[in-house]
Amino acid sequence: MPKRTDLHRILIIGSGPIIIGQACEFDYSGTQACKALKDEGYEVILVNSNPATIMTDPNLADRTYVEPLSVEYLTEIIRKERPDALLSTVGGQTGLNLSVALAEAGVLDEYGVELIGAKIESIKKAEDRLLFKDAMRKIGLETPTSSLLTSLQGGYDFAAKVGFPLILRPSFTMGGSGGGIAYNSEDLEEILTRGLQLSPVHEVLAEESVLGWKEFELEVMRDLADNVIIVCSIENFDPMGVHTGDSITVAPVQTLTDREYQMMRDGALRCLREIGVDTGGSNVQFAINPDDGRMVVVEMNPRVSRSSALASKATGFPIAKIAAKLAVGYRLDEIPNDITRLTPACFEPTIDYVVAKIPRWQFEKFPGADPTLGTQMKSVGEVMSIGRNFKAALAKAIRSQETGKSATKVDPFDVELIPNKLITPTPDRLPYLFFAFEQGWTVAQVHELTKIDPWFLQQLFETVQLHDSLAKKSLATITPAEMRDAKRYGVADTTLARLWDEDPLRIRDRRKQMGIRAIFNRVDTCAAEFESFTPYLYSSYESECEADPSDRKKVMILGAGPNRIGQGIEFDYCCCHASFALQEFDHESIMVNCNPETVSTDYDTSDRLYFEPLTLEEVLNIYDTEKPDGVIVQFGGQTPLNLALPLKRAGVPIIGTAPENIDLAEDRKLFGKLLDDLKIPSPPNGTATTVEEACAVANVLGYPVLVRPSYVLGGRAMTIAYDEDTVRRYMREAVTFSQERPVLVDRFLEDAIEVDVDCLSDGDDVLICGIMEHIEEAGIHSGDSSCVLPPFGIGVAELKTIEEYSVKLARALNVIGLMNVQYAIKEGKVYVIEVNPRASRTVPFVAKATGVPIPKIAVGLMVGRKLKEFASLMQGKTSGVLSVPQFFVKSPVFPFNKFQGVDPVLGPEMRSTGEVMGVGENFGEAFAKAQLSAGSPLPAEGTVFISVSERHKNEAVDVAKRFAELGYSLAATRGTATALKNAGLACTTVFKVNEGRPNAVDLLKAGRLQLAIYTTTGVHSFGDEKALRRAAITYRVPCITTMSAARAAVQAAASRRRDPIRVWSLQEIHS
Amino acid sequence: MNPALLALEDGTVFEGRAFGAQTERSGEVVFNTSITGYQEIFSDPSYSGQIVVLTYPQIGNYGANEGDMESAKPYIEGLVVRDFSPIVSNWRSESPADQFLAGANVPIIDSIDTRKLVRHLRTRGVMRGVLSTISTNAAELVEKAKASPSMAGLDLATRVSTPESYRWTNPVEPVSPSERLGKLRPADYHVVAFDFGIKRNILRRLVTSGCHVTVVPASTSAEDVLALRPDGVFLSNGPGDPEPLQAQAAQVRQLIGETPIFGICLGHQVLGLALGGRTYKLKFGHRGGNHPVLNKRNGKVEITAQNHGFAVDPDSLADSAVEITHINLNDQTVEGLRHKSAPLFCVQYHPEAAPGPHDSLYLFDEFIDLMKEAKR
Repeated sequence: MPKRTDLHRILIIGSGPIIIGQACEFDYSGTQACKALKDEGYEVILVNSNPATIMTDPNLADRTYVEPLSVEYLTEIIRKERPDALLSTVGGQTGLNLSVALAEAGVLDEYGVELIGAKIESIKKAEDRLLFKDAMRKIGLETPTSSLLTSLQGGYDFAAKVGFPLILRPSFTMGGSGGGIAYNSEDLEEILTRGLQLSPVHEVLAEESVLGWKEFELEVMRDLADNVIIVCSIENFDPMGVHTGDSITVAPVQTLTDREYQMMRDGALRCLREIGVDTGGSNVQFAINPDDGRMVVVEMNPRVSRSSALASKATGFPIAKIAAKLAVGYRLDEIPNDITRLTPACFEPTIDYVVAKIPRWQFEKFPGADPTLGTQMKSVGEVMSIGRNFKAALAKAIRSQETGKSATKVDPFDVELIPNKLITPTPDRLPYLFFAFEQGWTVAQVHELTKIDPWFLQQLFETVQLHDSLAKKSLATITPAEMRDAKRYGVADTTLARLWDEDPLRIRDRRKQMGIRAIFNRVDTCAAEFESFTPYLYSSYESECEADPSDRKKVMILGAGPNRIGQGIEFDYCCCHASFALQEFDHESIMVNCNPETVSTDYDTSDRLYFEPLTLEEVLNIYDTEKPDGVIVQFGGQTPLNLALPLKRAGVPIIGTAPENIDLAEDRKLFGKLLDDLKIPSPPNGTATTVEEACAVANVLGYPVLVRPSYVLGGRAMTIAYDEDTVRRYMREAVTFSQERPVLVDRFLEDAIEVDVDCLSDGDDVLICGIMEHIEEAGIHSGDSSCVLPPFGIGVAELKTIEEYSVKLARALNVIGLMNVQYAIKEGKVYVIEVNPRASRTVPFVAKATGVPIPKIAVGLMVGRKLKEFASLMQGKTSGVLSVPQFFVKSPVFPFNKFQGVDPVLGPEMRSTGEVMGVGENFGEAFAKAQLSAGSPLPAEGTVFISVSERHKNEAVDVAKRFAELGYSLAATRGTATALKNAGLACTTVFKVNEGRPNAVDLLKAGRLQLAIYTTTGVHSFGDEKALRRAAITYRVPCITTMSAARAAVQAAASRRRDPIRVWSLQEIHS
Repeated sequence: MNPALLALEDGTVFEGRAFGAQTERSGEVVFNTSITGYQEIFSDPSYSGQIVVLTYPQIGNYGANEGDMESAKPYIEGLVVRDFSPIVSNWRSESPADQFLAGANVPIIDSIDTRKLVRHLRTRGVMRGVLSTISTNAAELVEKAKASPSMAGLDLATRVSTPESYRWTNPVEPVSPSERLGKLRPADYHVVAFDFGIKRNILRRLVTSGCHVTVVPASTSAEDVLALRPDGVFLSNGPGDPEPLQAQAAQVRQLIGETPIFGICLGHQVLGLALGGRTYKLKFGHRGGNHPVLNKRNGKVEITAQNHGFAVDPDSLADSAVEITHINLNDQTVEGLRHKSAPLFCVQYHPEAAPGPHDSLYLFDEFIDLMKEAKR
């Protein structure tokens, strides 16, 4: 069957902001779908609230809406665009849920929109736990004994029947949100109560435990002719009990015989057919009892998923792209395999390497969060690696994580903790597995406690043995054969350097003398059976290099590695654009990255893709092979910047701003001098390399001070100290520092307005792309603050000053490419807080708001062009500030609902995982949309609860007055209530938590408060404030913690009253 | 660990580590791209005369067990792998896979760049080689490789065939309490199976589908077969070149139209010869579990298990009484034939899987249907 010709316009719903459980993998799938459908000649209408995605680039769709992902906004888009079909399967759980909601609301019927990909009945059968179990029973597949609970009592009854532990999963939440394992009645009560609340349908599935069973996943595709293929098999290193998103996983399956594997394959095929996934990719998860092989189906996702992104990268088979083509009627055998070209996509990829995925967690950013891994996903990102054996793949994946562990210092392992660390899965388990073997534990002993398959444990055990034997050698005594073995099994030069107390580069030189150097193999879907036409490569220490580099002009782009808070999709956006731009500027683009979720690791994005860890060793390996004319380090966040100087020292040509100048901006002394020379003020500051020095500096500057380590992104370990105690505690506990990496101490400007500026510079001309006014005041990390374009609360003179300073800075640092500057404005004076001569987190937002392809131009500048050549792309400007045609607000999205017990207060340490953009004709409208997209919509009516510290009382009165005028009721704690009443406002007085009951938290839980405005007193955050903020998260009541955000909220509330639901595509906005 | 050498007839030599038996064996060096199923490959008589390279790099992980045997013993001449696992982990495992091969005097070479070797075979075509775990004289081994018999023209089927006929009544057994194999059908049909190197899973599948089977030697005459009063005749898979099996083809020719016939792999090629066609050698063959085959009769694609180095030339059948029913989508080679009037069909691939996907099990039912119709 060829493609359908009755469809012309297809709507794709994206997955929205990056959150835990739903990250860049859906930018990858959505982008692939958009490209595939456009290639087929369909008009694509795309909706996604996340401006940092590649998919929302205006050239990827015919109509791109960065609008809230809600039924009412989507209805408006459908009304306006009249699509023929809606592709439901590439936008994650969000896209799928919205498709169901639109169908159920009758919107699809009303406008004649056909659901393609997965039909409503199939989605329901797969997503509704009971329907799913019935369906599986019907086809003879077992599922764990279970019961759908709607009450606590139901939970107790079920537990009485099957016993503990029980697995609890709320229906229709993503990433296992709110689920958990109940080992006793107390756990049951806590998890079930929470789960019933979080589930949109207030249902929780309780299941018999299959903890400790082997866990597998199959990625399956099916077409309309009922051709079905398995794209990839995945075996989880962590047995059942740890969410697959938090598990180390391995492709392909390692420990099943063919008979067992085929039993699972048959099961997956039956499952897909029964659920009725007509076209596209699905993921089916199985558990197998390691003692007798009993197999149960755990779940299936009738859509592309995180695992399908992994499977695509692991095999070279582009699941989302093919899924999109199947959805419009193609059959698998009508689509060619891109990589082999001569064979069709209707086959099962076979691989001749091992793939390992390790999640990336960031519990350090959420003090108080429980790092136990269970059924609710907690990781913020992941890395993948490819090796010719499991040991090498795992070692590369560990390196790709960039946790900084083991490379430089011995971790404080504790022998006493081994049993606990093995029994309870946490991010520490993997390092502790190695440690246990170092301490003489056996594979059998470790298996007993972890239930991890002995085959995997044996690999770890042998790795430890290998390290032991290497430790007995030295650089002088090691033989070439031993060296080759070490490298084949993934031992890094840095590890050898540590074992032998040598410089890693000396080890590199020596082994290259021995003739032992990395070569590159291809990911080709077919284990070399056919020729590969796609240079998708990974390193190994085999004997035949398949890189086959060209002699074209070429540039290598270093990517951002795993998603982390502070270093996420925004940098992938920039790297992808760098790649697209290079191709346009007639350079071959070479991408290096290790994050399987991203668009940058799609073999379609760059001319050549190296799926490798971003370490000096591995990047130099690629450099040696490719000999690129230049390397771009300024687009991938901190990861490539950390490599910039060592690479340059090794003779690698870094293009764009000189690494020394990028570094200079981090060096307090040099940078301070530069600012003095340029007569640009900055908050008084100093540096410290000891505790005493830090206190001394703080005393000279005067409190409050902002203390932070140098060389970090995302405000890692940054704090505002109001007294010396805090500074001491911080220096002792929170931060590592050294002579080379001192701690930075700044005078903190309280209540200042913070501003972010992105600009383009060719060394002569400087164009300001955007001056973003933060909605949160200074002190809240810029990544956690909403910001707005154009600025509306900053005076003309101040804007002029900002422009002038930015130009001076760009010229002084000889910036070639991008620069980001953060300013604070206090009492009319502009201070420079920070300068980063590189791509920033805000680049995609500014690009979308201005309609100017900023990263593309930056790359042009790096390969030698001048700003003047791009004037036509930049509103005709080569200096001054780009204008924006409407109001654009960027708002952060936080993962606090995943971390019980964490205080969700904002501060200088970034904790948001993603961002959304709101567009409006006025600020209030844009902000209201952004808040809606961020998942904390402002209430249309109800009671606004206000409790502010003394210094915010006056402002609070203004805010309250406006809320009252809009018809909201007011409630306040005693002090604030007094202020409101004194101003003549009607208001209910509410107890604080420690004052009696019912208090503010009780009212909030009872649904009597619809919005909370609650500011901290500054010095410490008190227990009752935390209780309120937590309750607000749990009960989904928007909680505002700064006065500036409260003022913005009033404007948004006013807009909700005044403005109709209206939407604009980026193409309309920038036409 | 002792060194081992793999020497190819073109002079290429790979050095690795020795596992398995301490010996020296020659054979045609071929590669298989299946990720799972090494034990079935080792014990498939079709690999007689061949040194097998497995493209998946980690082999031996799940050991070996009696249930996964495709014949009484390993038939490969030698095994070439990247990394042989020192431990096994699986609830069905009975012995480590290297011990299993050593017991059958099969040498293993590991720690070589199998991908390079596969690329070499892919571009130059399969070739003869010698795998030695006892000699380190590369030049001598290359000479031995050159002197070893060529696969083309070699009749290996007769050599591996059973000397005596025997009855087979074992069905497919489940590997786990969760495996659903459907109800065992009563053994209503008597099938006589020519053993050219038959895989046990074909026999098990025939029994599961409702047959009792008499396995007969490759040299059995048509007359003797018919004397067994079969409801149908099965022509098995097997090793080597089909061309030398002219005598068998002649016997089979006599059976066409007399009784329903089903052939797999070498059996398919023998039928091709019997129908007047020719066979030819493929450059590097089809060996793996992921080959897409188009069933032209219903337009659907089956993912199939394959293991063959020769194929039936479609041009040679242009004027014959058969239609081509199945096509390999990777290279358009013939994968299945059906006689236009006589009850006869055959496939080049392995519907019995073991190892490989189960997409084509329906063919056993079609054979039953043919016999049912013929009985009427």
